[in-house]
Amino acid sequence: MVRVKLWGSLRSLADGQEFVEADATNFKQLVDQLAEQYPALRPQIKRGVSLALDGVIYRDAWFTPISEENEIVLMPYMVGG
Amino acid sequence: MALDSDAQRDFKIVGTRVTRPDGVDKVTGKARYGADISAPGMLHGRILRSPHAHARILSIDTTGAMALKGVKAIVTSADLSRPEDNFFADIGDNCLANEKALYDGHAVAAVAATDKATAKAALRLIKVDYEVLPHVTDVDAAMAPDAPVVHEGRADETVAEGYSQNVTSHFEFGHGDLEAGFAKADKIIERSFKTAATHQGYIEPHACLASLGADGRGELWCCTQGQFNVRTMCAELLGIQASQLRVTASEIGGGFGGKTTVFIEPVALALSRKAGKPVKITMSRDEVFRATGPTISSSMDVKIGMTSDGRITAGKANLRYQGGAYPNGTVEFGAQSAFAAYDLAAVQTLGWNVMTNRPKEAAYRAPGAPVAIYAIESVVDELCQNFGLDPLDVRIKNAARKGTLSSYGPTFNDIGLVATLEAAKAHPHYSAPLGVNQGRGLSCGFWFNFGGNTSVSLHLNSDGTIGVVEGNPDIGGSRASISMMAAEELGISYDKVRTVITDTNSIGFNDVTDGSRVTFAVGLATIKAARAAIKEMCSRVAKIWGIDEEAVIWEDGAAKPSGPNAGDFDPMTLADIAAVADNTGGPIAGHHEGNADGAGVSFGVHLVDLEVDPETGMTTVLRYTVFQDAGKAVHPDYVEGQMQGGAVQGIGWALNEEYIYGEDGRLQNPGFLDYRVPVASDLPPIETVILEIPNPGHPYGVRGVGETPIVPPLAAISNAVSRATGVRMAELPMSPPRILKATSAKV
Repeated sequence: MVRVKLWGSLRSLADGQEFVEADATNFKQLVDQLAEQYPALRPQIKRGVSLALDGVIYRDAWFTPISEENEIVLMPYMVGG
Repeated sequence: MALDSDAQRDFKIVGTRVTRPDGVDKVTGKARYGADISAPGMLHGRILRSPHAHARILSIDTTGAMALKGVKAIVTSADLSRPEDNFFADIGDNCLANEKALYDGHAVAAVAATDKATAKAALRLIKVDYEVLPHVTDVDAAMAPDAPVVHEGRADETVAEGYSQNVTSHFEFGHGDLEAGFAKADKIIERSFKTAATHQGYIEPHACLASLGADGRGELWCCTQGQFNVRTMCAELLGIQASQLRVTASEIGGGFGGKTTVFIEPVALALSRKAGKPVKITMSRDEVFRATGPTISSSMDVKIGMTSDGRITAGKANLRYQGGAYPNGTVEFGAQSAFAAYDLAAVQTLGWNVMTNRPKEAAYRAPGAPVAIYAIESVVDELCQNFGLDPLDVRIKNAARKGTLSSYGPTFNDIGLVATLEAAKAHPHYSAPLGVNQGRGLSCGFWFNFGGNTSVSLHLNSDGTIGVVEGNPDIGGSRASISMMAAEELGISYDKVRTVITDTNSIGFNDVTDGSRVTFAVGLATIKAARAAIKEMCSRVAKIWGIDEEAVIWEDGAAKPSGPNAGDFDPMTLADIAAVADNTGGPIAGHHEGNADGAGVSFGVHLVDLEVDPETGMTTVLRYTVFQDAGKAVHPDYVEGQMQGGAVQGIGWALNEEYIYGEDGRLQNPGFLDYRVPVASDLPPIETVILEIPNPGHPYGVRGVGETPIVPPLAAISNAVSRATGVRMAELPMSPPRILKATSAKV
């Protein structure tokens, strides 16, 4: 199981939890499970999320491997100018 | 792709200051910008814009305009598709208003005619019946429960009940026990700040030439930061297939984020489809100001606690950003960036995105970060003053570093903030004496950077030269940097390589030139493409020599036997291999397509000395130094140019630039005479100090540099003005009247 940190305004959509767990080995499995376990998160997941894996930010990489050894943080989808 | 194990090697080309490939064309007028393209039989398009800040469009009568000789087509929103996806629907609605005009300057109809004068005359013959509605342009006023509503039903699930419908999304970031943190402080300062909207201020107005047939096949030439993005948006809004629309990006006269969307391109395509002829549209400066993307304006509250020895115990910020007439996604990046420079046990940022009757916000370098960090860095500076502490020492003491839990969630790995602060501390600028009415200010800055989708193709020519084909408009010197990385990897000279930026139908998809991504991501793809070409060259040479492919290595621009056991062969250079390519299997190329990650975050520190005239309130910047962790600086001239350009735009944001709205909701200063950007004579030389801390996510250690430099100037200038005048400033811009008002209140 991987442990995922949610940003503050998502916590109320995930039963108030700062950290949630998922049985996932990559980014896609993770967001799919979060959408399944916490339906209130679906709109944000559909709008887009980034994933910080040990401090490195990934935007779209579904198959980025993740494990319980990693620090995993959900972040808004990155933009720039 | 990780940092090469030999990234500390002596680069031969990367890191030098080679001649820029676009320089001669630009200074001799050969470079073709958006408005420089023409076509036989071309029509001229003009756009009718709303004179009202908020009005329902009851009817549009085009009969009289169509009857004018020379008018060939008129379009309204009815001529564009209505995508189901709000993202695309909003872009289309912004290009041609549907049902309501949402801001002064909002496009409501467009004409194509045989000449510009006829098109202009036709606009006056279009009769629009408006029902004028109440408007709101201020972010705090727009959040009030009884505010005029710009759009109904656009708030997402994060917005609590009780807010105005103009509030579209809410974000919260942070960690730790705020109450306990503030309890440990010897001093807590709370302040509120406001910042005005500013424009990206690119010199080249938007321009395009469109040709679209009734069969759905089209060509579009335009000034943009991303031709693929333009294609996607236009295909959605015209209801055509992306494959049938070929978009070519012109040379670009500045973008800074403001050319990452479309304004006139779908309109020109719709006119062309209706008229059956090519249509050219060029915006006036007035239109650029009134209808293209300014940045957000903001209202912010900040609370920070500090011990008497300079340790920050807790920080909290509430950020309210208005992004114009449609839902925007900017405050979340301000909220994540606000405290990123600090190692804090307790921190919280809350943010709200808000709609107003202003132009739809477009990205501007490091969107959302400059104003948030301005507010935080202002309060940190005031706390330093309160305790009589050195502001650089306090920042070093509290600086985020490897292992710090960032204010936005992840734990930092290798970052260069402390090195940057220490470089500023050691620089002669920091200890130089100051005169009367002068002040010194500093600020940290932060931005995320990213990589993204990238396609690169690299070809060997028979004469031993190299063509690199990529798809990202060059807004900051990327053609030089890409050629340099190709040459470095292949072991040939820079002048053997030419990099060109091609159209949407000639290479795979590329994300927009934004997010400080191009030198990082396109460079990474170029290195991979070059390595693929090297592998193929070694394979060809192995066949020529009759040895195993593994027994051939690439070194100093030539294939060589890997050692004595591989055989005794003279090296074959790239030119030797290219010359016989026909005989060894045909053309040799390398390419790479991928979605790059690992861009690495970026920090900078800005230091400024300035003088405020107590009689007039005018600020003169005397000395300015930028320190930034750039990773490996591929072409230091361009890196310095980014650092200097960001500083100058930030100086303008801090001192003079401002969207000014009247009581009627109309923009009062849509021109460079009344919207004051800094010019060369306003500025001292901007000194730069590049720190090269390798990015572990790139084979050469490259890090994006384009956005971070606009982040610190707002606070650095404000802190310097505050110290020079003895009055803590809390609103941007600090124009002379605003400074005089603040200093007068002190007396």
